[in-house]
Amino acid sequence: MEQTIMNNLGFPILSTLIFLPVAGAALLLLISRSNENLIKWFSLIVSIAAFIISIPLFAEFNKSTHLMQFTEKHAWIPSLNINYHLGIDGISVLFVLLSTLITILCVLISWNSIKAKTKEFYISILIMEGAMIGVFCSLDFMLFYLFWEAMLIPMYLLIGVWGGTNRIYAAVKFFLFTLVGSVLMLVGIIVLYYQAGGTFDILELTTKTYPYKLQLWLFWAFFAAFAVKVPMFPVHTWLPDAHTEAPTAGSVILAAVLIKMGAYGFIRFSLPLFPDASKAMTPAMLTLSVIAIIYGAVICLAQTDLKRLIAYSSVSHMGFVTLGIFALNLQGMEGGILQMINHGVVTGALFLSVGMIYDRTHTRQIADYGGVASVMPVYASIFMVFTLASIGLPATNGFIGEFLIILGGFKANQWAGVLAATGIIIGAGYMLWLYQRVFFMETNQKVAGLADINLREIITLLPMIILVFWIGVYPNAFLGFMHESVKHLLERVNSGGMHEAGIAKNILEIIK
Amino acid sequence: MTNLTGFIMPDLGPVMPEIVMTCLALLILLSELVIKRKETIAFFSIVSVAIVTYLLAGSTGTTFNGMFIADGYSLFFKLIFMLNVILTVLISVKYIVIEKVNFGEYYSLILFSTLGMMLMASAGDLITLYLGLELMALSTYVLAGFLRHDIKSNEAAMKYFLLGSFASAFLLYGISMIYGLTGTTDLHAISSYISQKGLSGNPVLTLSMIMFAVAFSFKIAAVPFHMWAPDVYEGAPTSVTAFMSVGPKAAGFAVLGRVFLTAFGAARIEWTGILIPIAILTMAVGNIAAISQTNIKRMLAYSSIAHAGYILLGIIAGTSEGMASVLNYLFIYAFMNIGAFAVVIMLRSEGFKGDNISDYEGLAKTHPLAAALMLVFMFSLTGIPPTAGFMGKFYLFMSAVSAGYTWLAVTAVIFSAISAYFYLRIVMYMYMKEPKTAVQLSASPGIALALAITVIAVLLIGVFPSKVISVARIAAGF
Repeated sequence: MEQTIMNNLGFPILSTLIFLPVAGAALLLLISRSNENLIKWFSLIVSIAAFIISIPLFAEFNKSTHLMQFTEKHAWIPSLNINYHLGIDGISVLFVLLSTLITILCVLISWNSIKAKTKEFYISILIMEGAMIGVFCSLDFMLFYLFWEAMLIPMYLLIGVWGGTNRIYAAVKFFLFTLVGSVLMLVGIIVLYYQAGGTFDILELTTKTYPYKLQLWLFWAFFAAFAVKVPMFPVHTWLPDAHTEAPTAGSVILAAVLIKMGAYGFIRFSLPLFPDASKAMTPAMLTLSVIAIIYGAVICLAQTDLKRLIAYSSVSHMGFVTLGIFALNLQGMEGGILQMINHGVVTGALFLSVGMIYDRTHTRQIADYGGVASVMPVYASIFMVFTLASIGLPATNGFIGEFLIILGGFKANQWAGVLAATGIIIGAGYMLWLYQRVFFMETNQKVAGLADINLREIITLLPMIILVFWIGVYPNAFLGFMHESVKHLLERVNSGGMHEAGIAKNILEIIK
Repeated sequence: MTNLTGFIMPDLGPVMPEIVMTCLALLILLSELVIKRKETIAFFSIVSVAIVTYLLAGSTGTTFNGMFIADGYSLFFKLIFMLNVILTVLISVKYIVIEKVNFGEYYSLILFSTLGMMLMASAGDLITLYLGLELMALSTYVLAGFLRHDIKSNEAAMKYFLLGSFASAFLLYGISMIYGLTGTTDLHAISSYISQKGLSGNPVLTLSMIMFAVAFSFKIAAVPFHMWAPDVYEGAPTSVTAFMSVGPKAAGFAVLGRVFLTAFGAARIEWTGILIPIAILTMAVGNIAAISQTNIKRMLAYSSIAHAGYILLGIIAGTSEGMASVLNYLFIYAFMNIGAFAVVIMLRSEGFKGDNISDYEGLAKTHPLAAALMLVFMFSLTGIPPTAGFMGKFYLFMSAVSAGYTWLAVTAVIFSAISAYFYLRIVMYMYMKEPKTAVQLSASPGIALALAITVIAVLLIGVFPSKVISVARIAAGF
């Protein structure tokens, strides 16, 4: 049994983070549905409160250990040895913070754009927040699965009720794809439980060794769940539909947090649980990642729909993330985790931005835009920041992540590194071309006379702009969180891999 | 207490709840003559159930020379039956007025049927089992045809009766064969005879087990003996459908578990060979046929067929863990299924049938609370956490994996994912479509109470399943 560092903040911070939004959602039930302003303000206050509560995680986090921190443990179903066990380490801490931040932005962006069933909307958003944080904090497999699946309900509703014209198709597709993947993992979890002698405790499970053949089976069972969520090629097809049809807040949550869970699952579960299988499957994973990078990027070039283009760019960007993870070295892994945060920030921001202009024009067709820069100059410059961050320009966060990943990828397999780099080139192509078509050229009739973004919208985007440059200029503020955890994980994966981790550290020193 | 003929008065302690239940059911039947307000009778039947439940707690033991067993196992099932009666009565009160069949017999029939189920759960002998099963079945036939002027209800009763009698015949055939083989109808005696004589693999034994499997499959609506279910579920009064989908199914599982695990315990390899194909077929047909239904009662019928398939996994596991998961699931199933039917019943109002899936269009807009409740029940039936349905399925799959049937668990989860499609369709109609017709809800205090109980149970057990699971484990003999 591994040691953990108990939570000593004086209150159960992780439980509070999970259940404060859920309690907020429950209280929303009591508010009359005609009082929309109160509903909105209440949700905003709850989400801001959750964010403020999450700040100690950032400030008090002990970066010098890989151990789980802020842990809480209570018996939940004693007869089956299932515990309510929470804790975070360097890999998960940033995602918790990202979730609390994103929720505030989602409430803000929906302020005027959600008009029907307002109450249900904010209930869904808040429940979503609780479940997302729960996924990142769970140290018991059963608890993890509970949050993992519980997320489907609010997300299904977010897409299906407040989405675009083709929303029902997208919602059902999203639900079925994720559910099929998840239930296969569920059986995998149960098999693991008996194999390990009756425990769901993740820390305990990850210290045991399993027969190679079983590892292979379980690796693929878990792959089914995580690959769908990421989404990896070829199970990515739900993503463009869901992203495109979801309301802005839904797209943002999907892009920023939800699809990160797949990659997080690979790091947290697949790698430490099945190290031998993971190593054996590296070529397959790298191949799928590279296909996703290039395929996603090329498809982007053909898109005529703003949101769909950004959705496919997610496929490409998440390809980088999985490439970094399965490079199985320090740079790749850290780059992968950082790129997950980066992608959350940048793509989340892009969806927010697109949502803002959609609220004004109610069209997502790129052809309906043109010359927006002359009508909405502030908006155009902010959008430029995110475009460049998405491309990976130095001094923005995208650069750091992609650079580390390609470095790691190159080390693992030269071809993977080279091919992934072409993805960046195509990425620059489709993003700049998109920018050109929307913001420059002749002013389209449909955008003439649009009001520039207002203060609420600028406030919504401001945290994202800060993060883009903060991570871009001083990445160590964030990489510092994960060093120890990633190192420890790689030691477990590359058994006897102390040497490897040592080299990786040296190279990282050189980069700095 | 011995008299001249050597008759020994059996210990009536263990069977006291059944005796009281019989008396009360008869009283309620008679009270129909004097009581004009039928709501009073409904109230009395709930009081009767409360009395019986109270008595259940204090009566354990074996009596009538082992023909009647009151143990943890039967107690757990009886609690499910009591719950079933209470919830059914609560949702019936207003509904049978709307259907214009507000007769007191309705309630006494429900009690008699439940009495049959109680006997089945306690059967230590094939004769007791048969008696209980027939009492349950006959009462339910009448209930299914309770809408005398409705042709569909008549058809349902007729179909149920004919096919039910056929199943009973199979059961009798199986009993007579096992009697011919072992010379006894006592479950424990059969068990020891089979293991002592090494009869496992005997063709007559196998044939008789097939007969039992057929008869019980009929009761739990397992494929290919499920044909009656959709028609009967659709035709019967909705409250009776709710009752039937839980009570007789649970009773079927009670005897299935008792007979196969106790009497045929030594021949486990043979009967798992019979039950595994039935389980797979049941999950497949139930879930796939449900997709194309347009009537919600038919859809829920196929759904209840599919659920029988999942529950069979626990029996196939053949362990105490498996049995505990069956008990746990049936308990949870009672809440979520009756909850769903309670919403269906609410849509039935004067001159409006409300049992088409399209009637649910836009319900979230016109009746947000009812829609939210239905949403919870649909997600629970799908098995999505944090609802009780997930915990139930999870424990079932766990028991199957622990018994070495991982591939069966994989099959089950795949079908369970398929089932999401048709449960979600209801949610989709309620939340993602605009209302076409103004649906009137016929709410009543009874339904409100039933919905409150069921939805709280579904969410509470979903988050805190520990208590139910540990009680189920004790009942299953841990």
